[in-house]
Amino acid sequence: MELRKYEKQNISPDVPDEWFVPLIKRNSEADVVVRPSLSYWKDSWYRLLKNKLAMAGMVFLVFLTILAIFGPMISPHSIETQKLTMQNLPPSSKFWFGTDDLGRDVFTRTCYGARISLFVGLMAALIDFLIGVVYGGVAGYKGGRTDNFMMRFVEILYGLPYLLVVILVMVVLGPGLTTIIIALSITGWVGMARIVRGQVLQIKNYEFVLASKTFGTKTARIIRKNLLPNTMGPIIVQMTLTIPSAIFAEAFLSFIGLGIQAPHASWGVMANDGLSTILSGYWWRLFFPTLFISLTMFAFNVLGDGLQDALDPKLRR
Amino acid sequence: MKTYFFKRLIAMIITLWLIITGTFFLMHSVPGSPFNEERTTNEQIQKNLESYYQLDKPLLVQYGNYLMALVKFDLGPSIKKSSQTVNDLLGRGFPVSFELGFYTLIVAIISGITLGVVAALRHNGIIDYLSMSIAVLGISIPNFVLATFLIQQLAVNIPIFPVATWSSPKHMVLPILALATGPMAIIARLTRTSMLEVLTQDYIKTAKAKGLSPVKIVFKHALRNALLPVVTVLGSLAASILTGTFVIEKIFAIPGMGKYFVDSINNRDYPVIMGTTIFYSAILIFMLLLVDLAYGVLDPRIKLHKKEAK
Amino acid sequence: MEKILQIKDLHVSFSTYGGEVKAVRGVSFDLHKGETLAIVGESGCGKSVTSQSIMRLIPEPPGKIHGGEIIFKNNDLIKLKEQEMRKIRGANISMIFQDPMTALNPTITIGEQIMEGIVQHEKLTRTQAKRVALAMLKLVGIPNPELRLKQYPHQFSGGMRQRIVIAMALVCRPDVLIADEPTTALDVTIQAQILELFKDIQKKTGVSIILITHDLGVVAQVADRIAVMYAGRIVELGTRREIFYQPQHPYTKGLLQSVPRLDIEMEELIPIPGTPPDLFSPPPGCAFAARCPFAMEVCKRVYPFKTQKSNKHHVDCWLQDERAQKLASS
Repeated sequence: MELRKYEKQNISPDVPDEWFVPLIKRNSEADVVVRPSLSYWKDSWYRLLKNKLAMAGMVFLVFLTILAIFGPMISPHSIETQKLTMQNLPPSSKFWFGTDDLGRDVFTRTCYGARISLFVGLMAALIDFLIGVVYGGVAGYKGGRTDNFMMRFVEILYGLPYLLVVILVMVVLGPGLTTIIIALSITGWVGMARIVRGQVLQIKNYEFVLASKTFGTKTARIIRKNLLPNTMGPIIVQMTLTIPSAIFAEAFLSFIGLGIQAPHASWGVMANDGLSTILSGYWWRLFFPTLFISLTMFAFNVLGDGLQDALDPKLRR
Repeated sequence: MKTYFFKRLIAMIITLWLIITGTFFLMHSVPGSPFNEERTTNEQIQKNLESYYQLDKPLLVQYGNYLMALVKFDLGPSIKKSSQTVNDLLGRGFPVSFELGFYTLIVAIISGITLGVVAALRHNGIIDYLSMSIAVLGISIPNFVLATFLIQQLAVNIPIFPVATWSSPKHMVLPILALATGPMAIIARLTRTSMLEVLTQDYIKTAKAKGLSPVKIVFKHALRNALLPVVTVLGSLAASILTGTFVIEKIFAIPGMGKYFVDSINNRDYPVIMGTTIFYSAILIFMLLLVDLAYGVLDPRIKLHKKEAK
Repeated sequence: MEKILQIKDLHVSFSTYGGEVKAVRGVSFDLHKGETLAIVGESGCGKSVTSQSIMRLIPEPPGKIHGGEIIFKNNDLIKLKEQEMRKIRGANISMIFQDPMTALNPTITIGEQIMEGIVQHEKLTRTQAKRVALAMLKLVGIPNPELRLKQYPHQFSGGMRQRIVIAMALVCRPDVLIADEPTTALDVTIQAQILELFKDIQKKTGVSIILITHDLGVVAQVADRIAVMYAGRIVELGTRREIFYQPQHPYTKGLLQSVPRLDIEMEELIPIPGTPPDLFSPPPGCAFAARCPFAMEVCKRVYPFKTQKSNKHHVDCWLQDERAQKLASS
């Protein structure tokens, strides 16, 4: 009885009869991929472009590079020219950043400082990259006892305070640009090696690597074709963050008198010189080099952060 | 637990020994005698000096003697500051440096954690952006730059604080501020990231489902877990504060260990360089042990591991 | 039968970068006292969102409850203030999450984690709370509860942890227990034990259970009634018997054919082709039409009306229309 009542409802009056025909479906309809898929790098690149702070950092670094290369050319003054009649002049149309106590142009010296900072940062990152990737790659790929032994060594180095080691090495090697880079590289690669090893260990057991192994592909080729492209993200981030710490270390060393020596100009040296005259009110001598150190480190840090976010596969949407 | 502690102790001693050995041979590989620069001394005096400092003996004998002395906590005499031993310098400088470093660490930890937690709780809000901007700035501005800036603004332009020395709490404000900002920024960022991650965990959902208040959820359930990764970086932060004291003490003319260290570098006073390096390393290794113990207290999972080992 | 919880026309959506995801689109059902209602469906069909909406645990933003009512003890939970809602969570309605490995705080003893719920909702001293916690651990079958109270989650196996999670949820004697995939993360043998525990506890305490799962095996063991969800809607709801033996909706049929069963003879397992629709812009008609072997023109255009098959069994499908049945017979 009751069921009859339900059945009576089973006609919906506002739906026309002719719609009750089988739906002709295209085969693919159920499987349409809704959003276009981007490649990993393209996707990351777009996300980086959207990060305003990281973009600002990138723009500043391009500007700084141009300044480092062409700055001394457009400046009418040379880095070493001492004009004792023009000591400690404030910034003006002739001396854009003022002059120091020997009458040298602070703008020209700042440009040279940019050369040194960028050079030190890039070289340190490059050397860390080369040593770290090889060391970490081998440790991670070989695994077992080799890995254990190699990582024990890394742990010891990692425990040492970075700057203290650099200072000691600088004391032994003596000041200078080359020795700074050597000193920075002695323990600097350790972080990179750890990251690469971790990545390699993680990826090594993925099926696609196993697959190429079963096809008898050579080790070197597996590293080059499979492992490196997949570990590139964290490596790039690590390199971007190595640069500011190297720049800081150089400025720090030069500031305490262990780094670049006169007549070469480094931001650290200029800051130290400027500090001694701070009570005399020559603010520009301290202001410009320290501003450039801070801006440069800031730019690299935000770019590194942006890259980290952009390259993180977990954050992909 | 005890066996673990002894294992750690032995590992510490081995690491320290490696550092001592490395430092010793590094320092003695510098070409020339430290007295060469002083041209006024004649050859005889130089020889007498070298024998006083045992520099005429074979390197290995010197090394042996140095180690023997170290066991008795004797770091030897200073070369440049006659009649003073390295122990004297450290004894005078360490309390000051310790005060500076300790206060800095406290300030950095408290302000860093607060900033990080607030940023995480107001994720993507104005406070979040503001505190993270402060944090990136703090990481980017080198401590010596910040120190000079602070002196210029708060001591020279508007003389609120004294420029130099270490005699009253007022003297301590600028150095501590200059030194604490970097570590604070690192702690703030780390706390934020780890807090954000913890807040998405299932046990936070469980706590919410129990009807706990947000305050209880944050302080009882989230914070402790979020701080675990922060504790692990405290060791390396202590190291960076320590190297930071070198320049900060130099800039503010604070009579601490760091100042002696930088002076000794500029004077090539090798025993002082060596002694201070070893002392610094010992402190850092001790800090790392403390951090490890703190981690064990905060994370119960670690204790079990040891019990099982026993 | 007494209705303890009524959900009426619930709508929930999430705003994301890609647009608004309409996760729940008009869900209605009642929960009776002492019964177990299972909500089944593929992942992403909105079953977890529905359950979290009842607890008002949807993160807002990005989530938002757009409309509908959740009536519990004459109160509409959607309209309650957060503070009032907090008094209900854990005390009247409790929830269990999928993974017992992550549902417990690793740095707090399980005793404390069980007791904090009691202390929060009932005026009890710590010793009294401890007594309740001990009784609860015994109830869920944890041996040696005195010692276990002082231990941390990592000292328990997965099955034991799920028992603790259940004890935690039941400690204030709630009227409703929502279990979101409570056995998915467990071994099969442990799964059976936990399901037994659910039945046992329900007998002893009379709690009503909403069981969220994608596992029809679990449903067959414990559910009194079953709601089948697809793309944010309940497409069919009926007693366990009705759903298993007289499934009406092609999706329900598909689900039943895609799992192995021992109780009836099956010739082969038939997977449902295709994937669930994109909930950014759900189709106007039946969301299952694109995958449905019996789909008609009408299915694509208009959402089907609700057909009552019995007083406990209803289904949303155009195949129930007389004209469709004529089409099938011709």
